[in-house]
Amino acid sequence: MLAESLALSAALFTIGVVGVLVRRNAIIVFMCVELMLNAVNLSFVALARAHGTAGQVFAIFVMTVAAAEAAVGLAIIIAIFRHVRTVNLKNINLLRG
Amino acid sequence: MTFDLALPSGLLGAVAPELILIVGAMALTLLAAWRPETDAHQRSVGKAALWLLALTAAAVVMYAARGASAAAPGIIAVDGFRWAADLVFLAAAAATIALGIESNPKDRFVTAESHVLVLLSAVGMMILAAARDLMIVFLGIETMSIAVYVLAAMDRRSVRAAEGALKYFLLGAFASAFLLYGIALVYGATGSTNLAVIGETIARFGLTGHTMISIGIAMLLVGFGFKVAAVPFHMWAPDVYEAAPAPITAFMAVAVKAGAFAALLRVWIESLSMMDAAWLAPVWWVAVATMVVGNLIALSQRNVKRLLAYSSIVHAGYLLVAVAAGTSLGTSAFLFYIVAYTLANFGAFAVVAALGEPGTTGPAIPDFEGLWSTRPWLAVGFGVCMLALLGLPVFGGAGFFAKWYVLQAAVTSPHGLVLLAVILVLTSVVSAGYYLDLVRAMFMRPRPEGARNPAVPPYTRVVLVTSVALLLAIGLFPGALATWARKNAAVTPSAARSPFAQGR
Repeated sequence: MLAESLALSAALFTIGVVGVLVRRNAIIVFMCVELMLNAVNLSFVALARAHGTAGQVFAIFVMTVAAAEAAVGLAIIIAIFRHVRTVNLKNINLLRG
Repeated sequence: MTFDLALPSGLLGAVAPELILIVGAMALTLLAAWRPETDAHQRSVGKAALWLLALTAAAVVMYAARGASAAAPGIIAVDGFRWAADLVFLAAAAATIALGIESNPKDRFVTAESHVLVLLSAVGMMILAAARDLMIVFLGIETMSIAVYVLAAMDRRSVRAAEGALKYFLLGAFASAFLLYGIALVYGATGSTNLAVIGETIARFGLTGHTMISIGIAMLLVGFGFKVAAVPFHMWAPDVYEAAPAPITAFMAVAVKAGAFAALLRVWIESLSMMDAAWLAPVWWVAVATMVVGNLIALSQRNVKRLLAYSSIVHAGYLLVAVAAGTSLGTSAFLFYIVAYTLANFGAFAVVAALGEPGTTGPAIPDFEGLWSTRPWLAVGFGVCMLALLGLPVFGGAGFFAKWYVLQAAVTSPHGLVLLAVILVLTSVVSAGYYLDLVRAMFMRPRPEGARNPAVPPYTRVVLVTSVALLLAIGLFPGALATWARKNAAVTPSAARSPFAQGR
């Protein structure tokens, strides 16, 4: 059970990483980051079965922080949408690199 | 003064400075939202924030002077390293707010909340310096980062600031996910998130070759690498630093980096010092890449904020040398270094803020040409800061000794870092190429026709004069600060404290 959960968590995390690196829509990139966070949550909850409640507590903290991060992140995405009318990272290149 | 961290009251007492700052910051949020955005209101909130920082610093000094300690190791550290790092963060936050009070209206935004966000971010850094549990490390990093994401986007009229903030946010959240996965793997392998317990478990069960911890350490390194902007995780830094207002750039380049490094040092030394076989080579290579790549790219920069961004990447590389040393000498070198680095950067950014024009991304090298002929003291101040970042003796003040102690930590380290020390010296020589170029532009070229010579407003002047005076004073008398750094460096390696270490 533990091994399968950790494998699924690793697979979800990898999908998230690939998504962040490959996709160019800011919202989808952000969703991929959330996928990574939730993959880690799955690991924490699975490991908590072996190690006690600390992992579950951690998962709750991660969800709380992710909510705060989403609030700030979406606000920033709206701010940039108001300026350039797009959330495509390809079209947002005022700054070099 | 001893706190029993197992009791709620003891824990509450141990985090009193953080509580003062966070409760005050929340009250200031209400105050900031109370009136419409005007320059006068922004000033009064900024002044209140400065007083609040002074109050917090007084609490920290009181705890440090009374030798506060914990009855037994818990989730919060109550030691000199924490208080020492706290004072640097609070000073950096105060300098940011002081510069922001005058520089923000010039950049045409008078948002009072920007000062409050600096306070909230400083709370995150204080939590990081205190964290003795990976859970607290994560919460500290996020408290610090989320406030800074907003700060980067503070100038709502600037599309550059919005773009910089978006990059910072997406990559910062990406890095947090890596950090978190690393924490999960270390927790999975050792069954605890407590730094001391992790260290003891590794020593007791001989987990030094454990694959899960090794992967976890690699993930932690990626996460921290993004936060401190080490090569190859630095791509976001120049863009974000260039786009943000000058005082906030200084805050990100100095305080955010120092906060992440404080947590990195504690995690590395308190719980992972036995795992040096797993982390030494990656840290070594990241340090070398950061020093070499940062310096080479900095050579070709014309925008001074962008140049200072690469300079801050380079300094992250120098600090990684102190991390690689993994001894208490490395920790004391870190404390000395962040003091010198904070002073030099805030001095430099005070000048950048004074010379910056609204609607641009800050002054370029031509804006500094011939500054000596029109604003001699500004040129001297900026010159001292550049020489301090370069690490020149006497004229660079504390900068030379900061590098000296890092080198000393590297050479005496049991990890055998002599080659790393040599690379540090060689890359420092390369860095003369851009630091001295700025000095030469100021002192040896004529002032171009039509160049602006803006007056330096009082708060900015105070920040500049204090930074430069302290840099030079510490450069002449480094003994006091070195003693202070050595005294507060006692982040004990896990193996030394572990009762199970003898049987190894």
